[in-house]
Amino acid sequence: MQTKKELLKVTDLKQYFPIKGGILGRTVNHVKAVDGVSFTVYEGETLSIVGESGCGKSTTGRSILRLDEPTDGQVEFNGTNLLAYNKKEMNSVRKNMQIIFQDPYASINPRQTVRQVLTEAMEIQNSVPKSERNDRVLELMETVGLGPHQADRLPHEFSGGQRQRIGIARALSVDPQLIIADEAVSALDVSIQAQVINLLMKLQREFKLTYLFISHDLGVVRHISDRIIVMYLGKIVEIADKKSLFENQMHPYTRALLSAIPSTNKENKKERIILKGDVPSPIDPPKGCRFHTRCPFATDLCRTEEPVLRTADGMLEGHQAACHYMEEIKTGEHQPTTV
Amino acid sequence: MTSKPNSYDNILEIKDLQTSFFTKDLEVKAVDGVSFAIPKGKVLGVVGESGSGKSITSLSILRLVEEPGKIKGGEILFKGENLLEKTEAGMRKIRGNEISMIFQEPMTSLNPTFTVGQQISESYIIHEGLNKKQAKQRSIEMLKLVGIPSPEKRINQYPYELSGGMRQRVMIAMALACNPELLIADEPTTALDVTIQAQILDLFKNLQQELGMGVLLITHDLGVVAETCDYVAVMYGGQVVEYTDADTLFKSPKHPYTVGLMQSIPPHDHDIEGDLSVIKGSVPSPAEMPIGCRFAPRCPFATDLCRTKLPALETDEEGKQIRCWIYSDEWDGAPEVNIHANKERTT
Repeated sequence: MQTKKELLKVTDLKQYFPIKGGILGRTVNHVKAVDGVSFTVYEGETLSIVGESGCGKSTTGRSILRLDEPTDGQVEFNGTNLLAYNKKEMNSVRKNMQIIFQDPYASINPRQTVRQVLTEAMEIQNSVPKSERNDRVLELMETVGLGPHQADRLPHEFSGGQRQRIGIARALSVDPQLIIADEAVSALDVSIQAQVINLLMKLQREFKLTYLFISHDLGVVRHISDRIIVMYLGKIVEIADKKSLFENQMHPYTRALLSAIPSTNKENKKERIILKGDVPSPIDPPKGCRFHTRCPFATDLCRTEEPVLRTADGMLEGHQAACHYMEEIKTGEHQPTTV
Repeated sequence: MTSKPNSYDNILEIKDLQTSFFTKDLEVKAVDGVSFAIPKGKVLGVVGESGSGKSITSLSILRLVEEPGKIKGGEILFKGENLLEKTEAGMRKIRGNEISMIFQEPMTSLNPTFTVGQQISESYIIHEGLNKKQAKQRSIEMLKLVGIPSPEKRINQYPYELSGGMRQRVMIAMALACNPELLIADEPTTALDVTIQAQILDLFKNLQQELGMGVLLITHDLGVVAETCDYVAVMYGGQVVEYTDADTLFKSPKHPYTVGLMQSIPPHDHDIEGDLSVIKGSVPSPAEMPIGCRFAPRCPFATDLCRTKLPALETDEEGKQIRCWIYSDEWDGAPEVNIHANKERTT
């Protein structure tokens, strides 16, 4: 990433889902799934978004593709604002931005053969001339590790891992620049998961792909990413290069999240930070810092004033966290306020 | 209690369990000769990928396997008594009382039409003969024990009103209500977020030690095993391939499948250069099991012997078990196999 070219730039993205209620079916409130998220994806890199259920990571991915229409904000792809596009223009842009979903059972039409699945994508985008489509199907299948004899099989004849390969082949069929992988390996058994991760990384090298990789599995994220975003309740709490995130994390939530992963390394056991309580509802998120209800370090300031993303001393360029006390927590000046 | 005073070291011992599913013209052996033991007050982890037979094993213990499935053979010794010889009425006394079970998805295993309190009270009323009022009181105590805030209020709520972590706590409260001697937990934290999982595992460990019960923990997450288990049984293709104490398993795994499994998990605490090592191929379907060693088609060390003859589960003098030809006298491959040298990196 020497000459960093901005491929995707998301600015202050908001996605509110209305809650209808009462006999008139009026909008009574909103689920603030994504609430002001900004980041940039550079060409050729893998940027991951991690966080727990309900943090807005999947919604962010879907909003970028306008699978859900964003409430507010800007999404620039190759320098043009996607939100200004009409439906037709948007469809043609989707050629460059593909998505792979978590559940390959649900995201592939069970009545189509692999050949039909792959040809359909090329047909819609008209990316490959008709006469060449057949060859392209076989080529794609080989790329993702499926045999040509499997081209006329239906999805139910494949295992979960193979089905995810079909999903990947479909995404590749239109030669995209950006692939959004939404928990793409989460449903797979570990031995199969490793195969698919290796495949994704190989494809990235071969086709110079850019990944926005959405996952809750920090081991997978560590292996695949260049940079990582940590989200909590619709907001980015920390964004950093991989090394900084795993070795010099600044936000108390990131630290708790990392410490919560069960480790097979019994000797090198770090102290576990057990967070109390559950994630609050995104309908009525806490005032101030959204993490204050579970944060051991929270003070009155945290309860009233929202922290912004910033870079403190000792953090690498591009590493930002949103915490009022990150310096003081690091040095030990600010101790937990609750036990 | 019908049980006679019996001397036993293991709260549960399974010997050569066989559970099959029968279709019109096919027998699918989901569990094919599983043996393991859980010493009193210890936690055994059963690890395996989908289709390895781990969940069917646990359902077999409580004899909850439904048609067309059938337990064909073997022994399930609970406190020295064979559960397979018990009457259905005898089993009902044991389920939820002496042996409890926690399932993966708390939303589908809690009844949505009853309040939390009603569901926990049920086991007190059935197994301990308490009246409603006493049962409610005990249920509130139980909810307090599993760390649910303001249990007096929660007890009147329905499952949909609770978060995922809360529901799993309710499930644990239900399972522990009658002080079971054995708890079977099938992927109890898999559906939960990591920070909630950490809370639940923490709670789980404390309660297990406090109550001194034996636990059978089924999981696919080796991290969870390392954090909670004393012993581990690794399952593959309906069989146990390795059984040992947890420390040994993580320090020196012996079975090529165990090694492959550990190597294919991307670690969160250090970086890996290049590709992850993988286990080639995929899990065989239980309807088309290989004739020899079940793992042979995917094993980097497999020889003709492995492909033609199923190895037995051998027990060493320390009680550790392994099902692999490499460790037998009959081994026909290289004399020194470096089990960690698998550098399979295919995509």
